[in-house]
Amino acid sequence: MAERVNTNVTYIRPARGWININLRDLWLYRELVYFLTWRDIKVRYKQAVLGIGWAIFQPVLSMVIFTVIFNRFLGVKPDAGIPNEFYPIFGFAALLPWQFFQGALQRASISLVTNANLLTKVYFPRLIIPLSAVAAGLVDFFFSFIVLAAMMIYFGVPFTSRLLWLPLFLLLALLAALAVGLWLSALNVQYRDVQHMVPFLLTAWMYASPVVYSAEVITVSPFWQAVYALNPMVGVIQGFRWALFGTNPPGLSMLVSAGVVLVLFVSGLFYFRRMERIFADMI
Amino acid sequence: MSDIAIRANHLGKQYRLGALYEQRYRTLRESLGSLFRRDERKSHETIWALRDVSFEVKQGQVLGVIGRNGAGKSTLLKLLSRVTEPTEGEAEIHGRVGSLLEVGTGFHPELTGRENIFLNGAILGMRRTEIERKFDEIVAFAEVEQFIDTPVKRYSSGMYLRLAFAVAAHLEPEILVVDEVLAVGDAEFQRKCLGKMGDVAREGRTVLFVSHNMSAILRLTEETLVIEKGRLALRAPTPQAVDYYLARGFAREGERIWEADEVPTASLPFRPLAVRLRNPRGEVVNSIRSAEANTIEVEYCLDAPITGLRVGIYLMSMRGETIFTSFDTDDPQVFEQMAVRPAGHYLSRCTLPADLLNEGRFVIGINASSYRVRRYFQDEQALTFSVDITGAPGTQWPETRLGAVRPRLEWTIEAV
Repeated sequence: MAERVNTNVTYIRPARGWININLRDLWLYRELVYFLTWRDIKVRYKQAVLGIGWAIFQPVLSMVIFTVIFNRFLGVKPDAGIPNEFYPIFGFAALLPWQFFQGALQRASISLVTNANLLTKVYFPRLIIPLSAVAAGLVDFFFSFIVLAAMMIYFGVPFTSRLLWLPLFLLLALLAALAVGLWLSALNVQYRDVQHMVPFLLTAWMYASPVVYSAEVITVSPFWQAVYALNPMVGVIQGFRWALFGTNPPGLSMLVSAGVVLVLFVSGLFYFRRMERIFADMI
Repeated sequence: MSDIAIRANHLGKQYRLGALYEQRYRTLRESLGSLFRRDERKSHETIWALRDVSFEVKQGQVLGVIGRNGAGKSTLLKLLSRVTEPTEGEAEIHGRVGSLLEVGTGFHPELTGRENIFLNGAILGMRRTEIERKFDEIVAFAEVEQFIDTPVKRYSSGMYLRLAFAVAAHLEPEILVVDEVLAVGDAEFQRKCLGKMGDVAREGRTVLFVSHNMSAILRLTEETLVIEKGRLALRAPTPQAVDYYLARGFAREGERIWEADEVPTASLPFRPLAVRLRNPRGEVVNSIRSAEANTIEVEYCLDAPITGLRVGIYLMSMRGETIFTSFDTDDPQVFEQMAVRPAGHYLSRCTLPADLLNEGRFVIGINASSYRVRRYFQDEQALTFSVDITGAPGTQWPETRLGAVRPRLEWTIEAV
């Protein structure tokens, strides 16, 4: 009995105003992030003949389509300094972070609603749900990265120390997906319109990012480049291409992108925490 | 002060209703049941599911919580397990709360038993090392050894439930919150669960036990809270609390009313109006005594005459096993007389004889059909009710008896 006397005391009371981020609870439940991520991945590829192979086929097929349509038919060129026949790997270098971002955002935005049964029955920090939805995309990313490495060998793109920057750019893509995911998942609890809107949002977002074309198209002035880089995926994709090909080092645009992500992330975090208290009642 | 496990201070939870919350509205109405109807005038804005509830629970105490559906019991548990936040008041919880609000929360049908144990354990707040340590014990408790690497979607409902409960039961919280887990599962398993809860209590941990099963409450708890209309009506030693609870008329429960817009057009010309369960005193109740004869009535309208109509009930256990089916025209003579049932307003009634059902919860389903012609209407879960066995045969032994029925058989004992 004695050892129970000094256990932690939890106070349950109505929250007022903007709540602090409860990092202590998040840390206590860190293993849950792992298990939910693992569940998402496991379930996604169960009863699929190709299984995890889909993580490879999806970006490869997109690359083939984009190459045929945009490069061959419409004559879209890669960045200056990259030979035209490199368009497939030029596209793939962007598809890699883009599809990670797209999948992560898609899953995150509906994550609270799909896990409604958990929200209404068990307590745990709700942040874990969108967090693991985003993290579940990392495995897919890893597999498509193997494809990228194979393509680099095939096209003869040298492996340089610039590649060491990739984890940082990936982290930026992850934070961007999480930031927007926090907003959208919390909004979706109240307004299911969000889940209908997300596919369109992502389509528009893809064309607003230099996935199929070169960011050089926008080189009107540094000002417009900065405006363009308000889209965080611009910095991420430019970063990926720079790491591979060494063209167009991401300077200003990377800073703007990182700034935007930071703002979205912090505001998303607070909005999410503020809405958290009514999730169980509204969902 | 340190021997307090839970201290609730004027806890209150208000739910908001209204245009913006249209979707919520229906489900809330379902879950709050009669509470909603009582608060008709305020229903467009807000509703207090729980209000001004204060109590203390000492460490190591097993406290029962009873009240009818929609009284606020679940809301109280949700507040204490931090699923939702109170609107007013506060509570102080000493130690980790493990809740069995619904066993199997987070189980994924595609994952195997083994995978689900880890997932579910983590959701309930267990550490990976803790789960690994208790893994064998959990599997043994659930009796699913051979199927541990089979996806749980292939499990029988019994296996699924046993596994789910086993995980939750091995979570070792300082405070265990249990809600109605005993309403499901077979008697053998229920015994096991009760045993486990008894162990938990003996180990000096605190248990908050919510149930409709009065005999389980009586067996496991010494003190009980009665929640009524969102307020704490009584806190008393359990036998006293149970008496109080059983003595209150449970009017408004024990009936299912179909609003005009709820009736599917496919069922016309048959229009169900209500199903009710009445005790011998004619009160509509959701808890009956096995020792008394009770009445089930089905009220309906026929917009046009129907040939060969039979209106009847199914009685099922909470696990979904049918105990019997009975129709109002089972008697061949009555069937002849009612060959064509004219349009009109009807009440079909039957008596549920005394000494028929064992303790537990049951479901009444209704069916209106013409044999081999058409099924007009069917609702397999029109009503649920519980049976109290006070005065039933064999209650001198406070044990759980297997089986859905508990008939009074005529025994003779002779020396030969």
